[in-house]
Amino acid sequence: MADISEQNPGLLKRLSHAFTRMADEQPVSIADYEDATGVSVQIEQLNKSFNGNHVLKDIDLEIKPGETFSIIGPSGTGKSVLLKHIVNLIKPDSGRVFIDGADIGKRSITDSNRFSYSMVFQTSALFNSLTVGENVGLWLREKEVFPERRIRRIIREKLRLVGLGGKENLQTSELSGGMKKRVAIARSLAMNPDLILYDEPTAELDPVTTDELARVIDSLKDMVNLTTIIVSHDLNFALYLSDRVAMMDKGKIIEVGTPEEIKQSQNPIIRNFIYTTTKGLKGD
Amino acid sequence: MLRAIGKKLLNSAQASGEILALLVETLYYCKDAPRNLPTIFRQIYDIGVGTLPIASLMSLFIGMVLALQTGSQLAKFGTQEAIGAVVGLSMAKELGPVMTSLLVAGRIGSSMAAEVGAMQVYEEIDALRTLEINPVRYLVMPRLLACLVSVPLLTIFAVMIGIVGGSVVSDVNPVINVPMTVYFDNLKNSLEASEILNGLVKSFFFGGIIAQVGCYVGFKTSGGARGIGYSTTRSVVMAFLMIMIADYFLTRFML
Ligand SMILES: Nc1ncnc2c1ncn2[C@@H]1O[C@H](COP(=O)(O)OP(=O)(O)OP(=O)(O)O)[C@@H](O)[C@H]1O
Ligand SMILES: [Mg+2]
Repeated sequence: MADISEQNPGLLKRLSHAFTRMADEQPVSIADYEDATGVSVQIEQLNKSFNGNHVLKDIDLEIKPGETFSIIGPSGTGKSVLLKHIVNLIKPDSGRVFIDGADIGKRSITDSNRFSYSMVFQTSALFNSLTVGENVGLWLREKEVFPERRIRRIIREKLRLVGLGGKENLQTSELSGGMKKRVAIARSLAMNPDLILYDEPTAELDPVTTDELARVIDSLKDMVNLTTIIVSHDLNFALYLSDRVAMMDKGKIIEVGTPEEIKQSQNPIIRNFIYTTTKGLKGD
Repeated sequence: MLRAIGKKLLNSAQASGEILALLVETLYYCKDAPRNLPTIFRQIYDIGVGTLPIASLMSLFIGMVLALQTGSQLAKFGTQEAIGAVVGLSMAKELGPVMTSLLVAGRIGSSMAAEVGAMQVYEEIDALRTLEINPVRYLVMPRLLACLVSVPLLTIFAVMIGIVGGSVVSDVNPVINVPMTVYFDNLKNSLEASEILNGLVKSFFFGGIIAQVGCYVGFKTSGGARGIGYSTTRSVVMAFLMIMIADYFLTRFML
């Protein structure tokens, strides 16, 4: 028997995972729905490999409460993987992530220091069996704390915030890429998060829609008090929106600074990235 | 060569283990079933009503072929009167549950794998997690419960229609030539409630296999649209195999 479990760690691991996941279920707490407060994020010595592919290498990062922070870098450097660590979708091999000083790996989150985070995915990840309004209201309805009237009001309000007022009855399949992104943002906002993460919000969008989206995200900064983390390879977008920007390359953070500092940076990798993304192909 | 076989064996052992783990988790979340009743009923409707026409057609012909084959053999020994019992027993205990389950596995299990697989590929499963919704509770549990209800129901229909199909052939076919009254008398005398129950127990388990395999394969999907296609076929093959294996052991235990 011991032999089998050694050769086949999957079975026992999966079983024990199944049990811990059940125990992980968080108590419903929605008392502080109205007051979102930006939280700080602190990442310490984060490492992650996938089957020998070392994706994240000793990542250290500190993001201040209420800040808009961008992570830029070329494709495949592990930006999405880093984001997924912050929202606890992936467990690190080593290192820790603290949100408002609490280690998210420990899951000792009690009601008093409970924060809520939400993520806008690279693919929008809307549920296409649901309408726009149902997507936005999914979290609220699943929590079963608010009366239906209030949920409808919140849905209307959040859709208006992203410039989609009155569109709650559309099917998600009828939406354009930019609208999907905005619905995904509204769905995230419905959780009234303290921390919101965007994974490539502008990927696959045309310049006009990108501009629109930048304006939506920008206006949210004034209306909602939250910490924002944006992952992007769209340099201008990141520089325009962010208080600070981190440049990532080959699994490492190579520089952190204000948009001005990044523009002035002498680091050859950054110069190269700026050059190629603003002036066309390298070697032109 | 041997190594490849060994690796395959280990992989399937791992897959079975993981399906078992998923089952444990799914059963745990059945406590939340009342909250998801609308989804469960929609699934039951999709599976049950959607599959009923083909299931009926299929079992009608199975019953007819069965009567034709065995009936003409029995007629050689002049024992064709027993045809009602033969068709009834094989439909109720074996062919009804197995063929219905295979049909549902092909029709529903594969679409579950594709649907959950697409959700996996397009990060919707991750999105569920960040919305604090457990994907097993939200996706797997309703599908499991729906299969557990609708596969046995479909089986009952399939068995009845198969028996009717057999009776028609027995009556009409000049070689067999067993009137319907004789056919059904014979059937009533030989088919016991416990044997019908036997088949229903089987179909209940098969239903569980279909849902669990479909969702498991869906969760394991990776690699874009091609991955979804691969998952669809994989779920059908896996469900077929597991149904047949389970069939043997269930038959053995209920003998
Ligand atoms: N679940 C996974 N299993 C195995 N490898 C993975 C997994 N997720 C990511 N990787 C690998 O990690 C590396 C970084 O991926 P990631 O998605 O973080 O890149 P990215 O910086 O977000 O790129 P892009 O800008 O294209 O989205 C890639 O080489 C990818 O193959
Ligand atoms: Mg990415």
